[in-house]
Amino acid sequence: MASRDQHGTQPPWGESFQVVGKPHRKVDGRAKATGSAVYADDIQLPGMLHAKLLRSPHAHARIISIDTSRALALPGVRGVITGADLPTKYGVIPWTMDETALAVDKVRFIGDPVAAVAALDEDTANRALGLIDVQYEALPAYLDPRQALEQEGEPIHANKRGDNVSKHVELSFGDLDGAFEGADLVLEGDYSFHGSTHGMIEPHCAVAQVDSAGLLTLWSSTQITHYVHRALAHVLDLPAHRIRVIQPCLGGAFGGKSDPFALEFVTAKLAQITGRPVKMLWTREEVFYAHRGRHPMQLHYRTAVDKDGTLRGVDAKILIDGGSYSSFGLVTTYYSGQLLTGPYTFPSYRFDSTRVFTNKPPCGPKRGHGSVQPRFAFEVQLDEVASALDIDPIEIRRRNFLGEHTKTVNGQRITSNGFLECLEKVERASGWCERRGKLGRGRGLGVAGSMYISGTNYPIYPNDMPQAGIQIKADRSGVVTIFTGGNDIGQGSNSVVAYLVAEELGLELDAVRVIAADTDLCPVDLGAYSSRVTFMVGNAAIDAARKLRKQVVQAVAEKWEVDPARVRLVGGFALDLEDSERHIPSCEAFQIAEARFDTLGATGSYNTPTLGGDYRGGTIGASPAYSFTAHIVEVEVDEETGRITVPKVWCAHDCGRALNPMLVAGQIEGSVYMGIAEALLEHHQVNRFGLHAGPSLLDYRMPTTMDTPEIEAFVVESFDPEGPYGAKEAGEGPLHSAIPALANAIYDAVGIRLRDLPFTPAKVLAALAEQREGAQQPQPTV
Amino acid sequence: MQVLQFELNGDPIEVAAPPHWTLLEVLRYRMAMTGTKQGCDKGDCGACTVLLDGQPVLACLTLASNARGRQVTTIEGLLPAHRAAGGSGADPVQEAFDACGALQCGFCQPGMMLSTRALLNRNPEPSRAEIQEALSGNLCRCTGYTQIVQAVETAVAQACGKPAPVAAWQRDLEEN
Repeated sequence: MASRDQHGTQPPWGESFQVVGKPHRKVDGRAKATGSAVYADDIQLPGMLHAKLLRSPHAHARIISIDTSRALALPGVRGVITGADLPTKYGVIPWTMDETALAVDKVRFIGDPVAAVAALDEDTANRALGLIDVQYEALPAYLDPRQALEQEGEPIHANKRGDNVSKHVELSFGDLDGAFEGADLVLEGDYSFHGSTHGMIEPHCAVAQVDSAGLLTLWSSTQITHYVHRALAHVLDLPAHRIRVIQPCLGGAFGGKSDPFALEFVTAKLAQITGRPVKMLWTREEVFYAHRGRHPMQLHYRTAVDKDGTLRGVDAKILIDGGSYSSFGLVTTYYSGQLLTGPYTFPSYRFDSTRVFTNKPPCGPKRGHGSVQPRFAFEVQLDEVASALDIDPIEIRRRNFLGEHTKTVNGQRITSNGFLECLEKVERASGWCERRGKLGRGRGLGVAGSMYISGTNYPIYPNDMPQAGIQIKADRSGVVTIFTGGNDIGQGSNSVVAYLVAEELGLELDAVRVIAADTDLCPVDLGAYSSRVTFMVGNAAIDAARKLRKQVVQAVAEKWEVDPARVRLVGGFALDLEDSERHIPSCEAFQIAEARFDTLGATGSYNTPTLGGDYRGGTIGASPAYSFTAHIVEVEVDEETGRITVPKVWCAHDCGRALNPMLVAGQIEGSVYMGIAEALLEHHQVNRFGLHAGPSLLDYRMPTTMDTPEIEAFVVESFDPEGPYGAKEAGEGPLHSAIPALANAIYDAVGIRLRDLPFTPAKVLAALAEQREGAQQPQPTV
Repeated sequence: MQVLQFELNGDPIEVAAPPHWTLLEVLRYRMAMTGTKQGCDKGDCGACTVLLDGQPVLACLTLASNARGRQVTTIEGLLPAHRAAGGSGADPVQEAFDACGALQCGFCQPGMMLSTRALLNRNPEPSRAEIQEALSGNLCRCTGYTQIVQAVETAVAQACGKPAPVAAWQRDLEEN
């Protein structure tokens, strides 16, 4: 497998890459530009029914009875189901299966699905929902995580302890007590991070069809086809080989389409019952309630340092508001501590994280899963350390640099690390040395750094099979078709595998087709999460292409009666390096190889090497390679209104190697935008009844072109020894440090430390008033 | 049911639909022109933007009957119109969006490109501020708008025979 057969960072042919590293268009660009790309809701099948969900109006209640008879009697209704029809529990993490497609016995948040209707059209289905009679017995709702932790009434989920704790993790590394006792300076503070949601523009949608032989096909706007496939087999009690799951073109996800949802189970069940195709398209309001977004966290940090700024120890206690179900919460709880141990080194570290259930829409993975919140708290505290010691904030980050080819305090293996170059790029581009502190009161610059995983060696469900698989087939026409289970969610993973295979086989991009995310056609890939796709699917693609290349080169060399080392595949041709007259088009080379070896095809795969610390949870967050990022944010603070504007952000990201720098820049820019958006404008919150405060894109205040800062993205290449030609992730890392860099810029501009997100004008004004009264000071203890 | 007649991407159309249906519903469910996207169905996101007599409108807030006797342009209409006018490839706006990386998930982009087309039809050399204002009704969640604005500026530059704008990452790569 590929992890045991590294591909190296060099071009496969000669001195330079032919395809990789250039700003090529995407393989699906033309389809997206002309409106012909097919997304889930664009699928219309003959005789298709439309399904809708009845959702709970209570945050926490027992279901006493459900009567669907009036709904079933409505003309045009073809099927009605309740929790009794789909009682099997599921959940994306096998150890914490606590969801049912439709509520059984209890509802746990306003919006929890209770019943479903399939009808001839959406209007009829919506009318039928109003005819379902549900009797509830309301229970006291837990809306605050501390209240949930100290609960006295009925817990949200039954467990042996009888509490509302979803997951507790406490891990300690090195001599923490010694570090704090011997430190020159200890800083301690509380930080809080609010909830935010993905806000992908395409609402969730699924279409199910059962053919005459009983084969279920489900098209879903999921970012993890494989887990939907497994979950459907489990919940529907159907052998997996009777189910085909296809992800059509996907209109954005950012983690919000990672869980299997009621959407898929209900649509499939209604198609089974009615014998007709069924579609369910969620409204924008339903997308807000489905959530699975950023966990609100209350974070307490202590940092011990020497006078010269050397970090000695970090101690964190974190309370995580999980919402009503587990989702990925087990991983979130680990990530809240495990991913903080770079890009800086510290010899001792402890974190104590507790995720609790509340009666709110369930939280889950949003871009930068679990690690954006602690990164904010720690990078602000590091800035406080720098000011207390009068060290330049960039300098203190340099001094504590973790280094490359090393280990973190919690046992994570670090390979390539381009963090110093990231810092240097943003320092220079922003004019940090010339401009910082010289912009006048009200304007300022702030810096922060971060790291993130390129996938992990924790495969969600334990197994010994590859994490990523690829099949390729070479045709006599000269076309190569790649079959990948990888989910292209807009980040361009289909394009990435096309670039890699074209590079290896010396093809023009128009001779490469990609068939993706169809469980009947494609080998398993674990899906688009944890920033794993470029690294893992990319390695699998090179693995497969090299096997095919070897056959083609050998067959052509035999035909020409030359040494295989003389045969080069490039630009759609096979060439003889020592005879410039001799060259044939790829299709002819494939025909020679097919005649020599039989029908041409190859498989490739990737699995991570053994990684992670030797302790419970040590593999969670253990990545084959880490990306590194540095941000500098410029702000303007209006002291009369409290309004913060961000004129410009500089972000440099170490992605190992940019397989396509234009796509990497797009990921950096999108990440910066999303980070600044959640810091200043967006807030996913419920009112005192558990009702969403504003489930629309307008009320949620998603930024427009007019609200988005100018963003300068810089690509740093550290050429990772294990990435595909050296590549690492780019999709999530560049969000993290945008938020603390903004907070640190506000301090630089007006001298207030904002530790409580989001940074609303009211909070800015309150902090300025405190500052005038002389109350706001960091509390260093020596 | 009411019968509507209008012009869709240059073709005369006659279609029956319930009187409360929006233009978005008629386009997607009657005409199978699914390039026009539904992102929110309440006028917040702009993904359903189409051109009505050349002006950008939100198809989810426009009753289909408002299109009666008028010209509707959807994303599917840009390339054929460009070819009919003697061009090759796709509309320069579509080409620029594709070439500049503006199409990530692509879901907001039909509306974004139609807003751009309408802008360039009335103002062939817009400033960056004018571009940002013209696209402020179209939400994009993927790009941070950076490569979208670059794409529009690229389309403008090409039409005027000027050099295309260069992003920070491009400058940086060229220097190193």
